[in-house]
Amino acid sequence: MVERKIRVLVAKPGLDGHDRGAKIVARALRDAGMEVIYTGLHQTADMIVEAAIQEDVDVVGLSLLSGAHMTLFVDVAKLLKKKGLGEVLIIGGGIIPEEDVPKLQKEGISAVFGPGTPTEKIVEYIEQNVKR
Amino acid sequence: MNEIVQKVLKGDQRSIARLITLAENNDDIATKAMRDIHPHTGHAQVIGITGVMGSGKSTLICELTRLYRKQGKTVGIIAIDPTSPFSGGALLGDRVRMMELAMDEGVFIRSMGTRGMLGGLTSAVYDVVEILDACGKDVVIVETVGVGQAEVDIIKIADTTLVVVIPGLGDSIQTLKAGVMEIADIYVVNKADRSGVEQTIAEVESLVDITCSGKDRKTPVLPTIAKQSKGIDVLLQGIDDHRTYLEKTHIFEKQRRLRYEAELVEIIRKQLMSFIFDESTVKERIDDLLDQIERKEIDPYSAAEEILGKILK
Repeated sequence: MVERKIRVLVAKPGLDGHDRGAKIVARALRDAGMEVIYTGLHQTADMIVEAAIQEDVDVVGLSLLSGAHMTLFVDVAKLLKKKGLGEVLIIGGGIIPEEDVPKLQKEGISAVFGPGTPTEKIVEYIEQNVKR
Repeated sequence: MNEIVQKVLKGDQRSIARLITLAENNDDIATKAMRDIHPHTGHAQVIGITGVMGSGKSTLICELTRLYRKQGKTVGIIAIDPTSPFSGGALLGDRVRMMELAMDEGVFIRSMGTRGMLGGLTSAVYDVVEILDACGKDVVIVETVGVGQAEVDIIKIADTTLVVVIPGLGDSIQTLKAGVMEIADIYVVNKADRSGVEQTIAEVESLVDITCSGKDRKTPVLPTIAKQSKGIDVLLQGIDDHRTYLEKTHIFEKQRRLRYEAELVEIIRKQLMSFIFDESTVKERIDDLLDQIERKEIDPYSAAEEILGKILK
């Protein structure tokens, strides 16, 4: 009896100290039947990727409100690929200007969910796009 | 030998992580891999940590791990949190307090949901202990879910079980006499900078006096302040002393045998359950029988007998 569960790492890279959004998303994903590993605040790209490896997650969700997403999101995406985790679905959230979204997508962040996104939309996106 | 097993034995992080996932999912690949893993186990010292929610278990583990690392020992950590009985999902947050260990190659941390198991553990935990043992970790620490009174399964798997209490629980310690308060090899009174710590220590010690009277080992009661790294060295010494005691009295071998027994029973339970409930016809029959139970045409015992009778025939 194989019982697969989608495992998601929810991480807060960099120095921004606001994790209410990340926690709400984490809760919503749990309520959708996923196993969510939360890393806490102030994570470096190395720490996030190492956690993603050890926890063998299918999805990495990054949340950032400080404006440093072009550096930090991209760092995580690059490092994941370098470590052989190119299959992992990367999604982002927080305060991300619209013009940055295509650039992020080019770097491997598949989707970006801004403030006000219904959590069901995120759940649905993960369920449809996760590679397993 | 399986490729994934070879990589696990070499300590490859991704393979270890993947094999754990397969074991959690009851995947056939894991079942086969565990055959090759088992001969390589038995080296790691297994420490269990249990205690009420918010008693500081994760922080204690972080501090213990730092000390073990200073001694040059490698550490595997299994942190278990409850799976929601409604959604089947889980929020695994123990890692937050251990992130500073994340970059240390000598430490492997894995968060797990209970996935329907009661008793404070998760079904695959035996496999995960063996995997971390086989990949060469010197110490494996298992953190149970925040427990109430009856989640005592940790003793089946740990060589040394720590029960963490904190000041301010007051009379509740008295009520915990049965269950969780019976299983400790060491009591840790964490957050010992809080008021009321003397009373808590006294209460636990008086409990120890009763439960250990006439025994050759008295369960130590050790105060710690994990957040300030205080008392951790004494705790680690206490764990080592307990290990020495186990070996001297040959309880060690008996305990390991009990662990295998618990694991064996768990595997049989799992396979029996999947054998019964994988049969799609049984599912239909169960629905049928539920209707009959509702209508009082049959009682639950007779219904169970009918289903089991069909399978065991």
